Amino acid sequence: MNKMEKALHELSEMDDLAALSSPIHRLHPAAKLITTILYIVVTVSFDKYDLGGLFPMLLWPVLLFQLSGIPVRTCFYKLRIVLPLVMAVGLFNPFFDRAAMLTLGGVAVSGGVVSMLTLMLKGVFCLMASFLLMATTPIDSLCAALRRLHVPGTLVTLLLLTYRYVGVMTEELAVMTDAYHLRAPGQKGIHVSAWGSFLGQLLLRSMDRAQELYGSMLLRGYHDHFHYAPIRAFAARDGIFTIACALCFALLRFVNVGQLLGGLVMR
Amino acid sequence: MIEFQHVSFAYEKGREVIRDLSFRIGDGESVGLIGANGAGKSTVMKLMLGLVSGEGKILVDGEELTKQNLSLIRRKLGFVLQNSDNQMFMPTVYEDMMFAPLNYMLSREEAEKRVDAVLGRLGLQELKYRHNHRISGGEKRMAAIATVLAMEPEMILMDEPSSALDPYNRRLVINAIRELGQTKLISSHDLDMILDTCDRVILLSGGEIAADGPAEEILRDRALLESHHLELPLRLADK
Repeated sequence: MNKMEKALHELSEMDDLAALSSPIHRLHPAAKLITTILYIVVTVSFDKYDLGGLFPMLLWPVLLFQLSGIPVRTCFYKLRIVLPLVMAVGLFNPFFDRAAMLTLGGVAVSGGVVSMLTLMLKGVFCLMASFLLMATTPIDSLCAALRRLHVPGTLVTLLLLTYRYVGVMTEELAVMTDAYHLRAPGQKGIHVSAWGSFLGQLLLRSMDRAQELYGSMLLRGYHDHFHYAPIRAFAARDGIFTIACALCFALLRFVNVGQLLGGLVMR
Repeated sequence: MIEFQHVSFAYEKGREVIRDLSFRIGDGESVGLIGANGAGKSTVMKLMLGLVSGEGKILVDGEELTKQNLSLIRRKLGFVLQNSDNQMFMPTVYEDMMFAPLNYMLSREEAEKRVDAVLGRLGLQELKYRHNHRISGGEKRMAAIATVLAMEPEMILMDEPSSALDPYNRRLVINAIRELGQTKLISSHDLDMILDTCDRVILLSGGEIAADGPAEEILRDRALLESHHLELPLRLADK
């Protein structure tokens, strides 16, 4: 199995995760979608120096991982490519913001370091929440929920087809890399000189396949409107989950829970 | 009934791949479309389905194929692609089979009944909830046929239905094709399969009809086949 086939396999594993059964999986997709968006908005809204306030936001994904039965390590393994990029976001902050902000054990910590850590955590938390949404909700249900929330059909179809075409492109890439390596033994990766033609061919082949797929859809009556798998009605428990999560997020955002608990312990 | 009247088509100006093609396929006929690579077999199918348009007239049940009635005519024609991976784009066989009936405004209950009936007819019930990317090539081909049958088309077009299948799965597909009651147009290089499934054969060469007649007659004509880069079906060559 080459790297691309592994990637394809991992993509299909997301569908398997989404097909599991747990209290979180059984929630209405709209409830999960709304709470995930809320979580991301609240997480991002923390001040760049509010590391202490941000940290308790970790509780929500951790709790959901526990309830859904999805191991946290699966999340970090699947996000291993994206995580370093997210972590790199605030990497230069310590060089620009050198003013000491706090001292830890006699060591002065600059505002740049704090803001870097805050940015990193924000990124990691948001990725964890997004992963949870995808790992507990099949893409079709998610799209059906988006339509129920009146997101334009074109955008939703675009999302669904992009998700499907990622697999198609990866398959093409797998075949091409295999063909390349069979004629370039001992070579690691694709040589720079072949990048141009390789990408060009990939694009053409993917377009051909996408064209054929789209043709196949048209021949079976598709006319800009997808019939998503039916999703059940939004029940009271979905509402309770959404409201409870929103209240918790508000609490975590406006009350410094870490400080509060610390104060109680000190008393 | 489908009829081509003086149809010509070129992908590039001045390089016609279909030249003044005229033929007629009656209801219930089972026709094999054969020819060497580049003879124009796939293009004929694309023209029939309105995926490309050329000069001349294409009539389906006496109605000329135009942009306006394309969706109505496509409803009558089911197309099984050569590459089943390009046909099966939904996550599971079930969802793929539901795709067309739902697009044709059947209720979910009716569509589901239809899906179950087709799966039962082809003996594919165990595939129903399987993921498309986790089934074998043979299963995928049968599932692709099932997705088309769920449309209940009047005519079925198949592009190389037996390609890349092992003998067992090939036989399964052939048996399934033989049992289909609809009008069939099958494009293939597998002349043994054509012999098994078709009563009539149209031999294309350079975008023109080189021969049109009973399958038994054309597929036994060694000289004709060889002059068009084809060979006698293995079954007949042994005799």
